[in-house]
Amino acid sequence: MLRGKVFKFGDNISTDLIVPGRLAHLRSNLPELAKHVLEDADPTFASRVKPGDFVVGGSNFGLGSSREHAPLVIKMAGVSAVLAKSAARIFFRNAINQGLPVLICDTDKIANGDELEVDLGAGTIRDKTNGSLLIFGKIPPVMLRILDEGGLIPYVQKYGDIRV
Amino acid sequence: MGKTLAEKILSQKSGADVKAGDIAVVPVDLAFLQDTTGPLTVRQFQASGLKKVADSKKVALFLDHAAPSPRSELSNDHMLLRSFAAEQGCMLFDVGEGVCHQLVAEHLAGPGEIILGADSHSVTAGALGAFATGMGSTDVAIGMGLGKTWLRVPETIKVNLNGAFQRGVYAKDAILYLIAKIGADGATYKSLEFGGDAVTGMTMSERLTMANMAVEAGAKVGLFPSDEVTKGYLKARGRSTKYLPLAPDTDACYESAVNIEARKLEPMVSKPHSADNAVTARELKGTRIHQAFIGTCTNGRLEDLGVAASILTGKKRHKDVRLLVGPASRQVLLDAMEKGYVQALVQAGAVILPPGCAACLGVHQGILGNGEACLSTANRNFKGRMGNPESYIYLASPATAAASALAGEIVDPREVM
Repeated sequence: MLRGKVFKFGDNISTDLIVPGRLAHLRSNLPELAKHVLEDADPTFASRVKPGDFVVGGSNFGLGSSREHAPLVIKMAGVSAVLAKSAARIFFRNAINQGLPVLICDTDKIANGDELEVDLGAGTIRDKTNGSLLIFGKIPPVMLRILDEGGLIPYVQKYGDIRV
Repeated sequence: MGKTLAEKILSQKSGADVKAGDIAVVPVDLAFLQDTTGPLTVRQFQASGLKKVADSKKVALFLDHAAPSPRSELSNDHMLLRSFAAEQGCMLFDVGEGVCHQLVAEHLAGPGEIILGADSHSVTAGALGAFATGMGSTDVAIGMGLGKTWLRVPETIKVNLNGAFQRGVYAKDAILYLIAKIGADGATYKSLEFGGDAVTGMTMSERLTMANMAVEAGAKVGLFPSDEVTKGYLKARGRSTKYLPLAPDTDACYESAVNIEARKLEPMVSKPHSADNAVTARELKGTRIHQAFIGTCTNGRLEDLGVAASILTGKKRHKDVRLLVGPASRQVLLDAMEKGYVQALVQAGAVILPPGCAACLGVHQGILGNGEACLSTANRNFKGRMGNPESYIYLASPATAAASALAGEIVDPREVM
């Protein structure tokens, strides 16, 4: 069970808002880069987020660049999952490869600051603040197996191959 | 049931009869990385326990995003990539060779191939009929290590582009129009497949511009048929053996279709901060700009510099507009010098940047000041993209950028052509 507080963002949170190109020189210094996570969307996010918290977006979360540093620094901030109405393809795949769940659900029903409980196995999101229960879309089996291993690197270390 | 281009390529490569929605495991014909995603790719490869890339002739590294490096940290990243390429025997395209996507098109990609790039604009090679898609560092690390990857076979949106473009209207205007029509997530997870008589008549340069921006509608690939234009492009680069004709089946099953009449299109401009926020250039007349940037993997090819030169020859940039020109590759720069385009552009007041990504992504070479606006021929205008979240980026064709550089404000290029 994942538990934490909601940091709510809008539609179209691009990878440039999560980890901008002007900080490209920090990409080989991940702890330093992580201090800037989502800086251009909310400059106070990095200092307020606590382990277990959720990043909740609207539609098309993570659009733009293929930079895997985007889900990577969100995970490094301690975020337990990203929730969105929809996610961009590369971001979604990168997040799973980093072991960060991206859950597709109707995030209009979730408000900033809400307390959530997410049951990855049952596929449910309980909003303890407003009492609602949301169901998130099924993660494809091939990606679920990668997520279960904690990402693509541990998966390949274990199996030495890609199995679908 | 017939097959779309995506289904055809993935069936052929996986050895199974796959259709949209299936998962295919396919061999990787080319895996590539660049200097801002590459260091993580190398580290993930090392972490995976894989020792050697599956086939060093199918792996390429490009130093293009920060080129030449503006900072010691990025210089160290370049050193890491150079030493990985040397140790593994992979291809290396060093600083000054050009943007990865242009070099992939010029030197490496072929129809029907599976190409994975650690860069979202890897879709560019779809112009040659390659199933080319952008992935993150880890996927590319594993793809080059195992020599294969998994892909969900995408549903396809057919884009039918018919008729002739008006003078002053280009492939860039067509793709901006399409993205505005279907939205920045209008093709998420899907294949955009281009067809119609306007596509048949399009040069490879124009096809590359359109395929390049497929990802701005969320698409996994932007596929063109492989035809006489593809054959001619490969032949001119001594790569005739790569040619393979490729077309979708006439009874292929499409999720939806978008029909565009080329003659009705006008010069388009995407307003800040999204590519799908496009309107006609006419509607933005009078919008002040401080910088015009002509270049990138979207519009930094010879034809693009030629259009800009034809508008700027014998004229001067507006005194309050910096005019930056970034050729997409060394070959483009050499050809543009040969044709006199560089001379004309420099005389008009342009700064010629080294072949590479240049000002596109906010690492160097043309970062905007607070409140400034740039009219760029690149593919992205997200907030902060060009290095400053307090600035504004408009996207347009090289003709619109050149005409606006003269006027000091956004104009419809047909006014000066």
